[in-house]
Amino acid sequence: MSSQAPAAPVPVAPTTERAVPRVGVRRHRKLLGRVGINLLGVLTFVVMVFPVYWMVNTAFKPGIDIQSYTPKFLPNPATLVNFEDAIHRAYFWDVVKNSLIVVGVVTALSLVLAFLAALALAKFRFYGRSAFLVLVLCVQMVPLTALIIPLYIMLSRAHQIDKLSGVIITYLTFVLPFCVWTLRGFLLAVPKELEEAAMVDGSTRLGAFVRILLPLVAPGLVATSIFAFIQCWNEYIVAYVLLSSPEKQTLPVWLAGFTTLHGTDWGSLMAAATLTALPVVAFFVLVHRRIAFGLTAGAVRG
Amino acid sequence: MLRGTAPYALLLPATAVVAAVAGYPLYLLVKLSFQQYGLQELIAHKGVWIGTANYAEIFHDRQFWEVVARTVVFTAACVSMTMLLGTLIALLLARLNAFMRFLLTTGLVLVWAMPVVVAVNIWYWMVDYEFGVLNWLLTELHLGDFEHHDWFVSPWSGFAIIGAVIVWGAIPFVTITLYAGLTQVPRELVEAAAMDGAGVLRTFRDITFPILKPLFVILTSLSIIWDFQVFNQVWIMRDQRPTSDYFVMSIYSFVESFKVSQYGLGAAIAIVMVLTMFAVTFVYIRQMVRMGDLR
Repeated sequence: MSSQAPAAPVPVAPTTERAVPRVGVRRHRKLLGRVGINLLGVLTFVVMVFPVYWMVNTAFKPGIDIQSYTPKFLPNPATLVNFEDAIHRAYFWDVVKNSLIVVGVVTALSLVLAFLAALALAKFRFYGRSAFLVLVLCVQMVPLTALIIPLYIMLSRAHQIDKLSGVIITYLTFVLPFCVWTLRGFLLAVPKELEEAAMVDGSTRLGAFVRILLPLVAPGLVATSIFAFIQCWNEYIVAYVLLSSPEKQTLPVWLAGFTTLHGTDWGSLMAAATLTALPVVAFFVLVHRRIAFGLTAGAVRG
Repeated sequence: MLRGTAPYALLLPATAVVAAVAGYPLYLLVKLSFQQYGLQELIAHKGVWIGTANYAEIFHDRQFWEVVARTVVFTAACVSMTMLLGTLIALLLARLNAFMRFLLTTGLVLVWAMPVVVAVNIWYWMVDYEFGVLNWLLTELHLGDFEHHDWFVSPWSGFAIIGAVIVWGAIPFVTITLYAGLTQVPRELVEAAAMDGAGVLRTFRDITFPILKPLFVILTSLSIIWDFQVFNQVWIMRDQRPTSDYFVMSIYSFVESFKVSQYGLGAAIAIVMVLTMFAVTFVYIRQMVRMGDLR
């Protein structure tokens, strides 16, 4: 502290006292600052997490405690009635099955196609590569709310309205470009030297690919497929436009339909919301680090 | 397989699919915007070419300009709140002790994982006019009488709630990414600045911000892209039938297309929305393209 030259003229009289505060006071103030910062951290945590807590809390409360003018902050007594109601609500198992079919097919298809494309983009230099990258990026930027208009007209011509196959085709629009971008990022992160070393040691290109590249990219493949899964699982507008029969809808559309003109059964809605969010939360905790990387590496849709 | 053709062969399947499910619809969107395309045309599978009449109609439509202004203001508010709060929480994270940092990060990831439809429904329940916890809390805090207060009667407070859902959902990604960036800022630089007597604000402005500027550009651009086209939050919070006070561009385009069955007009609105978005985020696109070129 004393080694620095004062930049501005320092007033003489009060300096001696202020420039060298007693150690105890400083430590005290520092401790106070640290406590304050961590208290702020607790406050931020509480505010951010509260809505999620409120969902779970409501899901476990009996109806009489939900429709109460003084809210209860703990589900006491707790009940599973809301979950039973949600599961027994019309079409629950249909929509779960539909969601799983759509998500499964789209993820598998996108992953295979995107991996091939990403391989070309990351490991080869060729004419038209940048153009392709720009194209993929721009396609991702076009919002689904704009694309849904021509997609609807296209699919109605092809008689794909109110069919899961129509939704699957449409989901490729945003999942495939996303997977290409993220997988390319993961492939670029594998050092070229490793492959080259394997090839020098007598491996073929395919051998190097299977033994060196694939294991290194495997976590990236898992992360990308999980994120593709999450995107499809959460998608609302396309499914809402394309699927009109209640037994053909997906979970988000079903969930958004809970609120009716006659009022809302908040308990079973929150239970259903909890069930919808659960698989996403489980997967998300596993891969969020890699996703942050993928998103800033050029994938646009969140 | 020849080495020269290998990359093209690898690209072919993905390219074919993207061309079919994104390229062709894009072309169709542009074409639709120059056509009269209503229910009749939908059944006949053929639009009627009317030149720029759709654009002329929306540009002379007072409601369209209101919607544009509403969208721009709402996007600006959401993006600035997201970036401000995201940055503050990231700076906070950097100063917390290890346990608190773990706790807050876990909370943020939990929020991040909430599907949009779930998030909207939770907030809708929290602001419910009768049994919502927010009205109870505000009344308890003596901030006014919020008993049976309906937040959606006034579009201003309605959009404040919708904005809150959006910002709440967007903060985790921004915060976690910025925090990752913050850990890359050399400690010596920050300490040296503190030694030289720079305050917290000054250190941020002159050291942290310039180093993290590329990250800020990316995050702001992504937020603009996401918030400018926002649909689900508004649509579901307004019971899937918003009144015209709640029209933002995506909703207006959607309603014109799917409720009024004026697909050509809806397409024209969508085109204007997309072009505006591309113009605003031009810097971002250029940067991403450059990054793609360099590698």
